[in-house]
Amino acid sequence: MSFVMSHILSIIIFLPLAGALAILATRGSEVTLASTARWVAMIVTLADFVLSLVLWANFDGSTAAFQFVERAAWIGRGIDYHMGVDGISMLFVVLTGGLMPICILASWKSIQTRVAEYMIAFLLLESLMMGVFAALDLFLFYVFFEGGLIPMFLIIGVWGGKRRVYASFKFFLFTLLGSLLMLLAVLAMYLYAGTADIETLINTAHFPVAMQNLLWLGFFASFAVKMPMWPVHTWLPDAHVEAPTAGSVILAAILLKMGGYGFLRFSLPMFASASVTFAPLIFVLSIVAIIYTSLVALAQDDVKKLIAYSSVAHMGFVTMGLFTLTQVGIDGGIFQMLSHGVVSGALFLSVGVIYDRMHTREISAYGGLVNRMPVYGACFMVFALANVGLPGTGGFVGEFLTMLGAFFVNTWVAIFAATGAILSACYMLYLYWRVIFGELVKPALRTIKDLSFRETAILAPLVVVTILMGVYPKPVFDVTSASVAHLIAQHREAVAFDRRVPHTRLARQGGVR
Amino acid sequence: MTRDLLTLLPELILAVGAMAALLIGAFRGGKATKFLSGLIVLVMAAGMYFVLTAPDASAFRGAFVVDGFSRFAKALILLSAALCTMMAQRFFEDEGRVRFELPVLIAFSTLGMLLMVSAASFISLYLGLELQSLALYVLAAFNRDSARSTEAGLKYFVLGALSSGMLLYGISLIYGFTGTTDFAGVAAAVKAAGTGIGLIFGLVFLIAGLAFKLSAVPFHMWAPDVYEGAPTPIVAFFSSAAKVAAFVLFIRTILVPFPQAIHQWQQVVIAVSVLSMALGAVAAIGQNNIKRLMAYSSIGHMGYGLLGLAAGTQLGVQGMLFYLVFYAVTNIGVFVCIQAMRRDGEAVETIADLAGLARTRPKMAFALAALMLSLAGLPPLAGIFAKVYVFLAAVEAHLYIPALLGFLASCMGAYYYLRIVKVMYFDEPARPFEGVMGAGMGTILALSGLFTILYVFMPAPLLYAAGTAAQSLFR
Repeated sequence: MSFVMSHILSIIIFLPLAGALAILATRGSEVTLASTARWVAMIVTLADFVLSLVLWANFDGSTAAFQFVERAAWIGRGIDYHMGVDGISMLFVVLTGGLMPICILASWKSIQTRVAEYMIAFLLLESLMMGVFAALDLFLFYVFFEGGLIPMFLIIGVWGGKRRVYASFKFFLFTLLGSLLMLLAVLAMYLYAGTADIETLINTAHFPVAMQNLLWLGFFASFAVKMPMWPVHTWLPDAHVEAPTAGSVILAAILLKMGGYGFLRFSLPMFASASVTFAPLIFVLSIVAIIYTSLVALAQDDVKKLIAYSSVAHMGFVTMGLFTLTQVGIDGGIFQMLSHGVVSGALFLSVGVIYDRMHTREISAYGGLVNRMPVYGACFMVFALANVGLPGTGGFVGEFLTMLGAFFVNTWVAIFAATGAILSACYMLYLYWRVIFGELVKPALRTIKDLSFRETAILAPLVVVTILMGVYPKPVFDVTSASVAHLIAQHREAVAFDRRVPHTRLARQGGVR
Repeated sequence: MTRDLLTLLPELILAVGAMAALLIGAFRGGKATKFLSGLIVLVMAAGMYFVLTAPDASAFRGAFVVDGFSRFAKALILLSAALCTMMAQRFFEDEGRVRFELPVLIAFSTLGMLLMVSAASFISLYLGLELQSLALYVLAAFNRDSARSTEAGLKYFVLGALSSGMLLYGISLIYGFTGTTDFAGVAAAVKAAGTGIGLIFGLVFLIAGLAFKLSAVPFHMWAPDVYEGAPTPIVAFFSSAAKVAAFVLFIRTILVPFPQAIHQWQQVVIAVSVLSMALGAVAAIGQNNIKRLMAYSSIGHMGYGLLGLAAGTQLGVQGMLFYLVFYAVTNIGVFVCIQAMRRDGEAVETIADLAGLARTRPKMAFALAALMLSLAGLPPLAGIFAKVYVFLAAVEAHLYIPALLGFLASCMGAYYYLRIVKVMYFDEPARPFEGVMGAGMGTILALSGLFTILYVFMPAPLLYAAGTAAQSLFR
């Protein structure tokens, strides 16, 4: 047991990879291979989820230090295999762990071609996503962060809809361009500080202010695309629409969060002064995202596209919250990411349910579903209201706290963001009305069936979590608040330091031999 | 004298082996080709052993050196050459055109490469280079009944001869202005007398000649045609062993005699590097022939590699050496796949022929996809480590703009590598390829693929080997 506990992060990261290899090694006819692949993927992702819960249970929320730390030699010269989680990253590991079995279950019936490859791609993706949140080395982080592109590219491109090729290339090239600019910044940081260790960089390295600005922009290029922030969000609606249901879930629930996580892990602590300098830019982009993409969402005919645009708007709240640099704002931003992870994932799963029956995403093809699918209508309502940010659901807490944080910093920002919150009610309720309510007049819908047992098993836990997060958010803040408080204190100190001694270089001068 | 010859032991073994093979072939004819290929591979393995165990030395009054740098390059060249010999044997068996000259020519060409990477004077450099080139010209035209192949050989010969002329002209100018052909001597002369206009003139011609051999822009025109026309395993040989040799020669010929003239050659190398990266990224997009695509890809990769040379530092050389390992290993894997593309007894080579390969040949498609994504520079595959080290050197040398341009080119280039993955995985299957890959080719592909995929777990040893090799150039 002690071995498991001392290597728990590595086990969480590499267990899905082992599962993928196991599927790769199985032989047999198409049918048996498919069923083996499904079961292996299910068992492995469930085991990984259990491990992530063990991680949560053993997590000490009173300290901001990295926990479950592992170190091993990798490349050397300041580039090592260094793993660990703190209050900021831990819950993302749990979120990933929790959503993966649901994704596998959601793909149980809807994926019928090349099932083994599909499951391998998902398990590979899980390994890489877990790695992103646990890596404490710049290069290691980059490997995981960028590596996730390959399986996602294949998931969209092989199992996607009609315009899958266009969507997968757009997704890939947008993200790649951003990431390469980040890589350039990573190289410069490594050469300047002589180490790629994230913990060391956070705690001891001070980059000169001019350099900070450039580095900040490099990281911003990557995270803004990933997040995605307006105006580089255009890949997201395409990718969401074309991806298979589980792909959309992972994309919305986890891959987008890597951008926000990146801001928290790199931009805020390492480039403190630059973050202050660029905060107004972030606020403007966030508000544009909140208002503009909400309006765009209002005009959509495609369910998935609507939810995709609503994701962009909700991520606007996150970026706004993070760059208020207040305890409530950042706590709220993290909470918003987690709750949006659950809610947007659930929304895409809900869309998947009717898509599997009707094979269309056109809103106009539905209407009056409540007559034949009352349980589905109820589940969908919980998620729709959570997406609106109704008190009592997970969506409320994050939105409220980020706006509160914004209010402390700039009243106008808060006012505009609140407008966006109203718009989100408009498009979500309008969508719900068009799909669920009204007379059931479409002939094709006459025989539609309510949730099957499998689908109930998928949506029920998400309903519970959504409401639980709304009425009892404390467990989340128990984990995050110490780390966030530490981050803010450190940030203040760093900014004060930069003001005091603007042009000195504290960190060891570069030069890696 | 004996000591001089002992320093040359790996080269001597290869030369004797090649000549013995030539004699056996002359008496036994085409029947002996399989045996000769095996013999040459064995001789190369023996050469490899002596390369790796040889101590540092210099022979013939410093015209020929053995150091860590040359050992690293020679090991890589011999490995690539041996694999290409096996590929060629298989390819010409499939084609039904086995001729015994093939392994012999590869051996002589490899011998030239070994001499090149150890050359420490302009005369020995030229001798090695020409021995290699002459054999390569013939190899390019090896399908002598095919108009495309002979055209490729002729083009390569004419342009290669032109580049050799430029190289010689540059060398003669450098000799004229420094009074010596010895690298160390030139370095001393440049240090003492500075760089005059004549010397810079010679240096530019030298770089032009060497860039020609590398197929770096603007001296790249021959590459797509030769890649398309020459037999596939020969192209693999061009793009692995020959590129490694030319690159390593480039590094030594610039860094050892002209460390004092860095400001003069740096701009030229940066220009060549950036142009190559850009052209490689853009021109490959429109290609339908996979061999032409690989030619443009190789132009782009030479650009990335040259960025390390432009830095002119030990980190840069380390990055470049590692880049060469990645590049050679990946290319051999890719060409094994291309070689396996056969229908109706003929080699096919358009990208569309790969359609749906993931269904018809899942293992081959998986390996080729990994290799392509590695060439595109995606983690966790080996390619990104090579790129990172080269770019790290560029950033360290404050070449921010070239590094930025390199990243942009790398992003554009990702498109055409992805396109191949797309064709194999997203498209509906075309008619399956015929024949089996066979154990030998399968093993080469598997090794290349495994290196690409598993490198991330053990990156340190190879990187440090490259570091040690680079160090020997800066003592």
